[in-house]
Amino acid sequence: MSMIKTNKPTNVVIAGLGGQGVIKASDILADVAVASGLDVKKSELHGMSQRGGSVSSDVRFGQRIFSPMVTEGEADFLLVVAADQIEVNRSVLAPGGVLIDPAQIDITQLSTPKSLNVALLGALSKYLPFADEAWRAALVRNLPEKLHEANFKSFDLGQGR
Amino acid sequence: MNQPKQGELSLLSGDEAVALASIDAAVALGTGYPGTPSTEILESFEALGGRAQWAPNEKVAMEVAIGVAFAGARALVTMKHVGLNVAADPLFTVALTRVDGGLVIVSADDPGMASSQNEQDNRRYAVAAGVAMLEPADSQEAYDFTLRAFQLSERFQVPVLLRMTTRVCHAKTLVRRGSLEIAAPKPAHFEHDFPSRVMIPAYAKPAHKRLRATLAAMAAWNQEEGPNQHVPGEKSLGIVTSGVSYQHVREAAPDASVLKLGMTHPLPLERIRDFASRVDRCIVIEEGDPYLVEALRTAGIVVEGKQEPFRFGELNVARVRRILANDLSPEPKPVPGKPPALCPGCPHRIAFNALHELDCIVSGDIGCYSLGVLPPFDAMDTLVCMGAAIGVGLGMRHALPLDQARRVVSVIGDSTFVHSGITGLVEMVYNPPKGGHVVIILDNGTTAMTGLQEHPGTGRTLAHASTGKIIFEDLARALGIKNVHVTDPTPDPEAFKQLVKSALERDELTLIIARRNCLLAAGAIRQYERCPA
Repeated sequence: MSMIKTNKPTNVVIAGLGGQGVIKASDILADVAVASGLDVKKSELHGMSQRGGSVSSDVRFGQRIFSPMVTEGEADFLLVVAADQIEVNRSVLAPGGVLIDPAQIDITQLSTPKSLNVALLGALSKYLPFADEAWRAALVRNLPEKLHEANFKSFDLGQGR
Repeated sequence: MNQPKQGELSLLSGDEAVALASIDAAVALGTGYPGTPSTEILESFEALGGRAQWAPNEKVAMEVAIGVAFAGARALVTMKHVGLNVAADPLFTVALTRVDGGLVIVSADDPGMASSQNEQDNRRYAVAAGVAMLEPADSQEAYDFTLRAFQLSERFQVPVLLRMTTRVCHAKTLVRRGSLEIAAPKPAHFEHDFPSRVMIPAYAKPAHKRLRATLAAMAAWNQEEGPNQHVPGEKSLGIVTSGVSYQHVREAAPDASVLKLGMTHPLPLERIRDFASRVDRCIVIEEGDPYLVEALRTAGIVVEGKQEPFRFGELNVARVRRILANDLSPEPKPVPGKPPALCPGCPHRIAFNALHELDCIVSGDIGCYSLGVLPPFDAMDTLVCMGAAIGVGLGMRHALPLDQARRVVSVIGDSTFVHSGITGLVEMVYNPPKGGHVVIILDNGTTAMTGLQEHPGTGRTLAHASTGKIIFEDLARALGIKNVHVTDPTPDPEAFKQLVKSALERDELTLIIARRNCLLAAGAIRQYERCPA
C-alpha cells in the first residue's frame, strides 16, 4: 500500500454515471482534505451529467495546487463507481496509480445501493493520511442526517471492516 | 451553500465566490437567466440572503440591472457566454452612459462546449463594447475581482465585465472571505442627468468621446494598480497569461517568468511590453481566441502565440506543455464515455417518437430536448440559438415546396419559449406561411437543462415563491392563433401523434402545448404547489 507523499499534489479522479453520487463523493473527499489543512482544488463539468451520461470529477490536494484539473496519466487514484466507466477513464492513471474498482465492494452488503460511492471512498481512505474521525465529520457535513448511519456502514464496508 | 465566516477559508466554486462577494458588496439586486456555467451564482446569492431574480432572458436582466445602477444601487447580472449575445444591445449603449451604482456583468464562457452550442470568446465583447474586463483565475480571485469590479465600476461610473470560464465557475478552490474591503454602497437616489443617460445622438456623440477618455484612464489605472501579478522566474521563458490558463502555466512551466493579467481590458500594455523585453522568449498562453496575442502584436509587442489546434477546446497542463514545446503531434483522443440521453420516462420522449414516426422536419431549440437529435429519435434537424426554433421553422416553411413545407414543425421548451420564443409566435401570426405552421411547446414546468430553475411560465420566483404566471395558451390565443391545443402526451402517445398529424394536414397556424412536469422536478413542484411560499 502506497501512502501519499505530502510535498507533491495528490491527484484523484472519481468517475461514474450521472446520478451515482460522483460529485458528492468528490465533495466529501475535498472536504476531508480541506479540514486537514491542505490546499485543495476540485473540478468537474456540469450540465449534461444529470442526463445519465458519463461524469468525472478531479480532486487535487497538497501544499499548493495550481490547475484544478488532473492531467492525463498523472492520477494517483482513480475511483470508479460504474464498472463500464473504468476503461473510459483508465488513461488518467499514472504508472503505478491505484484503481479503486466497484468490484471491490460486495454490493449485497451495502445498506443502500446509493451509498456505493461512499463505500468506495472507504476503500480509497486506506491509502490517504486522513483520520477516520475526519472522514466521518466530512460525511456528516455533506449528507442529510437520515443518511448518516447507512453511509458510515458503507464507508466501513469499503475500508474492509 | 453555508454562510462562510469572515476571515475563514472555505472551499467554494467560483460561482459561489461571486455570490459571496456580492453579499459582502451589499448588492441590491442580482438578476440573470440560467445558463451553464453561470446558473449557481444567483442561486447561491439567494441562498446567502441576497435578492435574486430570474429574468425572462438576458436582455431583460441586463436592462433591470442597468435600472438598478442608474438608481445608484449596486447591481449584478449573470449569464452564460451566449446570453451576452442576447444582452448585447443594452450592453453596447450602457457602456456610453453614466452608472451611479456599481454594475457588474458576469459572462460565463464555456470553452470546449461542455454544455453550449458554441465556444465564443466573450473577451471580444469587452473590446467591441468598450467595457472594462476582469478575469479571475480561481475562486479567491472570483471573490476579490467581484469586489474590485464594483469598486472600478463606481470609480469610473461604467459597467464592468467579469469574464469567467467553466473551470473558474465550477472548480472549487479555497476562499478567504473578507480578503478585500469594500465601502458600503450609497443609498439609492436619482437625479436628472439627461446627457449622461439619454442616448439620443446629441448626447451619445460626446458620450462616445467620454468613453474613450475613460478607457484611457482605466488603462493607466490598470498599468499602475491593476490586479496583475508578476511571478519572477527564468529569463529564458516569459509567459503572459490570464484566467485559468495561469494555473495550467504554473504547473507546465514552474520555472518560467509569468505575467498574469487580472484585468484584460483595457490592457496594461506598457507593463506587458516591459515584461516581454526582459525575457528571451515571450509567449502568450490563452484559452480560446488569440485575443491577447493580437492585441499585443497590434501594440508592437513581439510575442509568440499558441498554435492553431489549441484554439479549440479547453487548455490543460498537458496542452500547455505542448504549446511551449511547439509539439503539434496528434493529441490523444479521449475514450468516448456514455453520452447523455433523455431520461427514461422523460415526457419529451413521446413527442420525439411521434415526430420521428411522422417523418417531420424538426426545427429545434436549446434545452434537454436538444437530445431529441440523437437515436432512437433522430427528430431534430436544426438547432441554432435560444428561441430560433420558431423563426427558423417559419423560414423553412416559406422556402420549401409545399409537400416538404407541410412536414416542418418547430419544437421549443417552456423556459426557452419565454426567453425568446414569444416574438417568434408574433412573427408567425404576422407573416404566416402559405401552408400554415405547427409549433410544439414541450412544457415540462421547469428549466430542466440548467438544473431545474423556475421561469415566468411556472408562476414561481427564483426562490420558488408564488408570483405572476404566464399562461402560454392564453397568450397564444390573445395573439390570434386559432388552433391552440393543450395536452399531456404520456397517457396516450397515439392520440398525440394523431393531433400533430392532423395539425400538419391543415394549412393553418397551430400551437400544441405538450404539458407534463419533468420527472426530476415533479416531486419538488408538487411540494411547492402544496405549500406555496
